[in-house]
Amino acid sequence: MAEAVFVVSAVIILAGAVGVVASRNPVHAALFLVQTLVGVAVLFVLNDAHFLAAVQVVVYAGAIVILFLFVIMLLGVDKAEELRIEPIFGQRPLAAVVGVSLAAVLGTVVVTGADVLTGLRRAGGDRALDGDATDIERMGRVLFSEYAFAVEITAALLTVAVVGAVVLTRRASRSDGSTAAETAAQET
Amino acid sequence: MEAASPVSGILVLAADPMLAGDIGLVEVGLTLAKAVVAFAFLLVAVMLMIWFERKLLGGMHQRFGPTIAGPFGILQTLADGTKLFFKEDLVPDRSDRFVFKLAPYLSLIPAFLAFAIIPLGGDFNNGGQVEWWGRATYLQVADPPIGILLFLAMSSVAVYGVMLAGWSSGSKYPLLGSVRASAQMVSYEAALGLAVASIVLVTGGLSTHDMVVAQAAEGYFGVVPRWNVIVTGLVPFIVFMIAGTAELNRPPFDLVEAEQELVGGFHTEYSSIRFALFFLAEFMNTITMSAIIVTLFFGGPAGPVLVGELGGVNIAWAWGVVWFFLKLFVLLFCFVWMRATLPRFRYDQLMDLGWKALIPVALGWFLFLTALEVGRERGWNEAAVTIVSLLVFAAAALLLVRAVRSGRRARDREAARSDEPSDPATERA
Repeated sequence: MAEAVFVVSAVIILAGAVGVVASRNPVHAALFLVQTLVGVAVLFVLNDAHFLAAVQVVVYAGAIVILFLFVIMLLGVDKAEELRIEPIFGQRPLAAVVGVSLAAVLGTVVVTGADVLTGLRRAGGDRALDGDATDIERMGRVLFSEYAFAVEITAALLTVAVVGAVVLTRRASRSDGSTAAETAAQET
Repeated sequence: MEAASPVSGILVLAADPMLAGDIGLVEVGLTLAKAVVAFAFLLVAVMLMIWFERKLLGGMHQRFGPTIAGPFGILQTLADGTKLFFKEDLVPDRSDRFVFKLAPYLSLIPAFLAFAIIPLGGDFNNGGQVEWWGRATYLQVADPPIGILLFLAMSSVAVYGVMLAGWSSGSKYPLLGSVRASAQMVSYEAALGLAVASIVLVTGGLSTHDMVVAQAAEGYFGVVPRWNVIVTGLVPFIVFMIAGTAELNRPPFDLVEAEQELVGGFHTEYSSIRFALFFLAEFMNTITMSAIIVTLFFGGPAGPVLVGELGGVNIAWAWGVVWFFLKLFVLLFCFVWMRATLPRFRYDQLMDLGWKALIPVALGWFLFLTALEVGRERGWNEAAVTIVSLLVFAAAALLLVRAVRSGRRARDREAARSDEPSDPATERA
């Protein structure tokens, strides 16, 4: 039963991942991404990580991909992109190198059973979800004790990102009354 | 056989006592029966709800509402549905055909799935279990460990239906309508989630069944029930009610389909059965949202058992069903009432209300409840905790209001200083 669920969701995930790369329409790519994310949520449920599964759907499918779609729709880039030009020089060879090394890392992990790279005998170690507490309780305890610093740093990072977004969209006024955009246009 | 191993976790319904042991034919049959009954109930309820809304609106507008089909026009929805079924199914030429056909289902399925976690009945004075065919079970389709999070997940998935319907139509007005709708739904989801967090805090768990059990406990002074609307101090309920209405795109938040501006909103290009599916999803969502509010704030099916036995048969569980439907009915009435009473919001008012009022209030109240909870655990003076928290909130509210004001002043100054009277790029629309 567990194997069947794993195989089915793995096929869904992989098909979605291929679809993201292969589809020419950005909206279709985003939808394939949702397919992959939901498949991963099923795998979380399979591993008794119910809370992670819910968060996966709420945050990734429900918020992040929605924002992708928003940008795609508002900017109207819902046609196939021009693929001949490279925005960043050397992008494609670099992507090939990174892709191959990522595949190598993943392959190593699968082959060696994780302990070469991380030293862990199994994912989660002694904190695996087999006790009485639910996954949400355990996660809360670990996040706000052992990893409290990381949580706080992440919060600060997100705040900085929000401030940055506000600064970018705001039309800051200068003392002479012109906006930042106008000043920049004059300087160039 | 699988159930004995940890693998049983793949069944999201693991908390139901029926599914704790071996899974046999009876368990599968019961689960299927529950799902079918819930689905059939939702369909009939939608039919009645549309009739009820039209009739009540008619009454509030001093007209009759539907009168022709059946007694009191009660079959009007059936007639409309049949008509829609036989109309020509149009797919616009410029549409994205697959997504266009997929979108109505993406609206409909989450609406039904969210209903699965709602306890519909049971005698909650004794834990809310019923015994059928020798199996103890709950009167709800599923009681997943993530409980109420499933509702939040489904309401965030439902955004896709609206968004893709508008986009795939290949036309301007539906696109504008769907961008409005999804912006609104995403904005109000935050307030919705924060209101739910307050309930999760006082319950100490996510399961909807546990929430009802907690609310069925002994109340105050022997008469006032221990409903969360009282336990959490009314504020989360008000926030949830407003955010829920906005999430449903119902009036006064229906500028998604503002007829004067957008023809018909995201479903302008839809016709025939696909349009009917959107309509169905919309009313299903209204019923599901009301049922969620009943579960979260008004004790769900919890209530007194007036007649425990009838002719030797234990019918205590049926009283839960009765109380649940009475509460549901009152809430549905309130939704129609709001629609008849309140004028539509403007878009900037909508966003201001969501981001500058509801989210801060919901967050502040959540922190206040947390402070009380921590204080109770540590044995602090409750009055002192309340006063200090209220002072902190007053300070925070003052800061927020000042920040909003100074932001608005700066915008006004800039608008006055710039040559053009108003820049279309900064107008949020």
